[in-house]
Amino acid sequence: MTTLTAFQAWLADCSAVIEQQAEHLTELDRAIGDGDHGTNMARGFRRCAELAEEEQFASIDAYLKKVGMTLVGTVGGASGPLYGTFFLRLAGPLSAAPDVDARPLAQALRAGVDGIVARGRAEVGDKTMYDAFAPALEAFESALAAGSGTAECLRAAAEAAARGRDGTEPLVARKGRASYLGERSAGHVDPGASSAVLILEAAARTLG
Amino acid sequence: MQKLLNDPADVVVEALAGMAAAHPDDLLVDMEQRVVSRRGGPVRGKVGLVSGGGSGHEPLHAGYVGPGMLDAACCGEVFTSPVPDQFVTALRTADGGAGVLHVVKNYTGDVLNAEMAAELLATEDGPQVEIVVTDDDVAVQDSLYTAGRRGVGGTVLLEKVVGAAAEEGRDLSGCAELARDVNARTRSMGVALGPCTVPAAGVPTFELEEGQMELGVGIHGEPGRRRVPLGTAREIAAALVEPVVADLGLRRGDAVVTLLNGMGGTPLLELYLMFNEVRAVLDAAGVTVARSLVGNYITSLEMAGCSVTLLRADDEVVRLWDAPVATPGLRWGA
Repeated sequence: MTTLTAFQAWLADCSAVIEQQAEHLTELDRAIGDGDHGTNMARGFRRCAELAEEEQFASIDAYLKKVGMTLVGTVGGASGPLYGTFFLRLAGPLSAAPDVDARPLAQALRAGVDGIVARGRAEVGDKTMYDAFAPALEAFESALAAGSGTAECLRAAAEAAARGRDGTEPLVARKGRASYLGERSAGHVDPGASSAVLILEAAARTLG
Repeated sequence: MQKLLNDPADVVVEALAGMAAAHPDDLLVDMEQRVVSRRGGPVRGKVGLVSGGGSGHEPLHAGYVGPGMLDAACCGEVFTSPVPDQFVTALRTADGGAGVLHVVKNYTGDVLNAEMAAELLATEDGPQVEIVVTDDDVAVQDSLYTAGRRGVGGTVLLEKVVGAAAEEGRDLSGCAELARDVNARTRSMGVALGPCTVPAAGVPTFELEEGQMELGVGIHGEPGRRRVPLGTAREIAAALVEPVVADLGLRRGDAVVTLLNGMGGTPLLELYLMFNEVRAVLDAAGVTVARSLVGNYITSLEMAGCSVTLLRADDEVVRLWDAPVATPGLRWGA
């Protein structure tokens, strides 16, 4: 069972790994965007990691909503509304549960990913974070259907996300700033898909 | 790249403090939300005009706050959209009871944050808000397969013209209609001769070899249509103006408001030289320059290069263009 403490550990892990990978994310963004993804993500997730020390949260969903609003308010760019919406929607199916197992977590993940799609209007193959999230969600749900527990489902999701991220390299971007490059956006891994993988790998380390 | 900085992380907030200090009689600066507004507060009964976006394009947008143009502007990090709370504060600050027109440049981040702000205000019983998105950059092919054309130089002209109409008492739907019309009759194209460096990143946004130029560049140092050998000013003027004229469908006898905009790192000497070439191209096409503006009005930090914006003009556009304006970045007739 995954508890509030585990979710807080997730955000602490996200913050640490994004901080560590910030240069890399910015480097990817400089190739096909405007070179600020690492800086912006590090700023937002650092604030999220501090929340647990500053405030007592009554429930997992209250905490995740606060994380979502914090990201919306601190990241900026397109990533702020998109990741913010992901965490806000993640909270929905987990309302008032003291701890969760794989089934509600799958529902939460679906709600979060649906939120990203609704906000960003992206489709698979557009070369966005959705190219990591879509296969991750599918892998999580397949693992769950096969009888796996939370840890295994999350591991499958993280691995599928990483494959999805790698799959963005040859794609021509159709959304976001990279789309202005047209054909020249091919040959670069998408920064949003890369940060999505970091978040899902952190989930596999902490929520399982 | 050497820059005038203290801590690169503080560049926006320290610049805003300087702006407040330089214009104490005209501007109010909310340092917390990074919102710049008119010192006198919103004008009762007038439609509020708000814009905002990433910093690094100065004087856009905060430099256009004042009578005849914007009521409030909010400033994001360099090249990063403001967050919804900032837009909410700016929209509330600008509300004089007649609703607020929110001018948003077409970038995914700006549009998503503006939409979230409008959703927040709708649940908070806030002012009536109309969003108008500018997308005048012909360098981007507008298709289902991109984020659409970018909002660039046309945004300056739109804020001037619609600001004048709002000042005359035009209502919210009238202002929104005018804004969409001005956007529809405006196109731009830019060129970069050298990159820019975001202070927090510390390295140039792109590499440009000596003797090369980036044609169709955006205002964030993002690449454009293609990289080609550096031409003469005359050749560059043709390469910028011709796609704009074609896309606008300008014909012999048409008149335009022309903005020859510097990207931040090109001297006025060269910008005037370029304007002369631009005017020659327009002359040859039989297009009359009704009004012109030459200088750094929507920049990309210290990027070298320029952009050309043409707004198809009629008597009404010219009249609104000539109306008084009193802002740090644009001032006449007042």
